[in-house]
Amino acid sequence: MTEHEQFAEDLALYALSVLEGEDRVQLEKHLANCSTCRVELEHLRGDGALLAFSTVGPRPPQRARQRLLDAVAKEAAPALSQKARKDGAPDVVRTRRSWWGVLGWAATAAVLVFTASLWKENAALRQDVSTLRSLFGQQTVELEQARNVASAITNPGGERFTLVAVKAPPQPQGKAFYLRNRSNLVFVANNMPALPPQKAYELWLIPAQGAPIPAGVFKPDAHGSATVVNPPLPAGAEAKAFAITVENETGATAPTMPILMMGTGE
Amino acid sequence: MRSGDQSALAELYDRYSSVVYAVALRVLGDTGAAEDVLQEVFLQLWRNPGAFDAARGSLGAWLAVITRNRAIDALRRRRPETDIEDVIVSVAPDLAAQADRSRAAEKVRGVLGSMPAPQRSALEMAYFEGMSHSEIASKTGEPLGTIKTRIRSGLLTLRKAFQGG
Repeated sequence: MTEHEQFAEDLALYALSVLEGEDRVQLEKHLANCSTCRVELEHLRGDGALLAFSTVGPRPPQRARQRLLDAVAKEAAPALSQKARKDGAPDVVRTRRSWWGVLGWAATAAVLVFTASLWKENAALRQDVSTLRSLFGQQTVELEQARNVASAITNPGGERFTLVAVKAPPQPQGKAFYLRNRSNLVFVANNMPALPPQKAYELWLIPAQGAPIPAGVFKPDAHGSATVVNPPLPAGAEAKAFAITVENETGATAPTMPILMMGTGE
Repeated sequence: MRSGDQSALAELYDRYSSVVYAVALRVLGDTGAAEDVLQEVFLQLWRNPGAFDAARGSLGAWLAVITRNRAIDALRRRRPETDIEDVIVSVAPDLAAQADRSRAAEKVRGVLGSMPAPQRSALEMAYFEGMSHSEIASKTGEPLGTIKTRIRSGLLTLRKAFQGG
């Protein structure tokens, strides 16, 4: 403690860079080992800085600014952006490299205007985004469905069944793509004869054992084409064949004879 | 990120050049010499921004200290005694804004004004003229110990005035 007191005054002089001679040597030795004094030294320097702030004088000449900037332009570039930011400078200083330097302050104003108009646009975009979000939800469902369709057709594990008319032209044809482990079924039909009203075709999954399983009700369009996509099916049903019958348009739980078309796996 | 950015330097210059110049001018009493010190201080900062540790204090105070030291060295035609890296300054007010500085300047002048004259003049001789305590002692005819005490208590008086807010 006594040692600190002894140095306390020297510390003040040292802070002002006016301590000399042996006193200075001794103090510097002490400072090397004393963090308390080092901290106090900082404070004293700060106090001295207050004296600096007491000076109010004329502004430096205008040319000095340009002189400085010319001098630094010639030098390699260490960085000040971070410094200025830490110092509490406005965010405009926290910049990317030469962009600001080249454009200068006049351009800053232009950029700010541009930014403001972007902000407005952004508000409109945000509105669009929320609309899109709700559409997105719906689309996700549809996407999933499309994926299922695609995988039934393209998955090598899928089974194919081609159905041809058992009797007489024209030649109706059907193809069933069945992915058993995911119960995905896609069925497409061509040249199906038109049906009387209140009647419809029904597709049946014929399992290896057990009764035929209903696999969708459909009516052909004007061209005789029809599709059935992913009807509800019991999981993992093994299909020995697929078949088509004519039923009431509400569908049936068991096929009504005769079987019009049938096909086994390829 | 520390990429070179002249406009950042220009920003700092615009903020602090008046402090730096004022200090230099006060010490040197010569506008040409003051301008040289101004140039030198900012070039130093440009070359070595890492020398200032933002966590420890305000840039304005740091610049003021550096400037005053450089100016004193120039006044005495001494080689720079302190590396700018060695200077660490802790002070509460940043005083970057001109308004804050003017207020601070007034306050400091007020504090100085209410100090006993011998204390004030010792402080000013040390600070703005870089006189050592022995030089002040011989100039004023006061004992060395007295000069040391005056300078220290002068600084502490200033500190108290600004700590209070």
